[in-house]
Amino acid sequence: MIAFIIYKAILCVGIFVLLLGSAAYATLWERKFAAFLQDRKGPSRAGWGGLLQPLADGVKMFMKEEIIPNVSNRALFILGPSLFMVTAVITSAVVPWAKPVNIGGHVYDMQITDINIGVIYLLGVASIGVYGIMIGGWSSNNKFALLGAVRASSQMISYEIPMGIALIALVISSGGSLSLKTIVEGQDAGFANILWQPLGFLIFFICALAETNRAPFDLPECETELVGGYHTEYSSMKLGLYLFAEYINMFISSAVIATLYFGGYNFPFAHELYAKLGLAEGSAMVSLIGFGVLLAKIFGFICLFMWIRWTLPRFRYDQLMNLGWKTLLPLSLFNLLLTVVVEYFRGNIHF
Amino acid sequence: MLGLSITQWLFGTLSLMAIMFALMMVFTRSPVNSALYLIMTFFCIAGHYLLLNAQFLAVVQIVVYAGAIMVLFLYIIMLMNLNADEEPRKHVLTRAIAAIIGGMLLFVMIGALRGAEQLQIVQGGASQIGLVKNLGKVLFTEFLFPFEIASVLLLAALVGAIMIGKRDTNINTK
Repeated sequence: MIAFIIYKAILCVGIFVLLLGSAAYATLWERKFAAFLQDRKGPSRAGWGGLLQPLADGVKMFMKEEIIPNVSNRALFILGPSLFMVTAVITSAVVPWAKPVNIGGHVYDMQITDINIGVIYLLGVASIGVYGIMIGGWSSNNKFALLGAVRASSQMISYEIPMGIALIALVISSGGSLSLKTIVEGQDAGFANILWQPLGFLIFFICALAETNRAPFDLPECETELVGGYHTEYSSMKLGLYLFAEYINMFISSAVIATLYFGGYNFPFAHELYAKLGLAEGSAMVSLIGFGVLLAKIFGFICLFMWIRWTLPRFRYDQLMNLGWKTLLPLSLFNLLLTVVVEYFRGNIHF
Repeated sequence: MLGLSITQWLFGTLSLMAIMFALMMVFTRSPVNSALYLIMTFFCIAGHYLLLNAQFLAVVQIVVYAGAIMVLFLYIIMLMNLNADEEPRKHVLTRAIAAIIGGMLLFVMIGALRGAEQLQIVQGGASQIGLVKNLGKVLFTEFLFPFEIASVLLLAALVGAIMIGKRDTNINTK
């Protein structure tokens, strides 16, 4: 019992540190990446090639004066960013980060919890993620913040629907389990779900962009129209939490996409490689290699997110709604139909 | 601890929280706070479903009620910028009718609960009926007809909502 609690505590703290650290360095990477695309150098003064820049930014955020507007609803004003951060972090609970490790006869899952409704849990957390923005935007008592909050809520509700339907198609084609652990293990043979769900992946990816409020879907914080959007009135670390949570969201979205569609910690010819290296299945080294592969996939998706942000201009709001309801929704329903037909001929569905 | 198991402690805490948040939802003047307390109540009820081993129901409760319906509620409240001081005072007659109807609802619930001790109690804790697989099987075999009726009802409501939303343009084109 004690050993179990210690192992879970280590896992939780480890994943939390991983999220915060990677989000901090994602901010630096974003600026470096933007600089690369725009033929600049990017931040290069703090540390070696700018490596200490996230630390400098963090210190700056903490040291700035904290302003809470007099006319705002104080409790809700503080609740907004904290809620946004919490919902950003708790998604990581169901992601399997590496292969289970076998230590002295005990098998330790490298996943905080394996609930058998993992996929619906993801949708649930995504759907309550909007409250942080809504509460923050409304309690600021500022019309630009309110407009940003209203935009965020309608955008996130609209894109949840095609996201959910794309996930249903994925669950059907990956064997009918809602547990992320089972979905990842089903891709162990080297065939990732993307092979059966290319359209579903495209829909899910676009919806993930919209759910994380990344460009070209960053209308809730559109500077050209809304000053700063929902976080106009925020300053100091509360603003920092909003900005930081966006990077955590991006990291976890990438992890979820890699897990659901690209095999998570699995990679082609993994077992041949382990056999050649003389590693036993279930050893810590195998787990570590899998974790490294997953991180590489996540890094790839983060780069894709950034590439899209610095390439595409922002949507107009009616274009955003048309894309969500008139293109993605019918497309996801078509994908569901296609999946059922394909799976019937593959022999995975019986009537 | 007082001879209660962990489940009973959780049940007690969750019930207390659910009742407290529900009361606060009714008594708060500000519509936004009221909506937020209702969301908290939904989370407490989702916790109850988890205690009954109905994981699917718990998450669907959060996705549908807390994640979709209440977001739309909040959206409307924020969009119309409803505030506590602008809320119109209700007429005495309206309040009297509300009290009578509420009392009648209580009456019905007492009547319904009176027969509860005669019911066969299904063992909740160890039951696997709430898991997705079992729930899906039951829904698509035993309760297929009510399930389909419910979906037709929802479709009708959806079409109705679109018709109401589109009424203005129809008048213009005539």
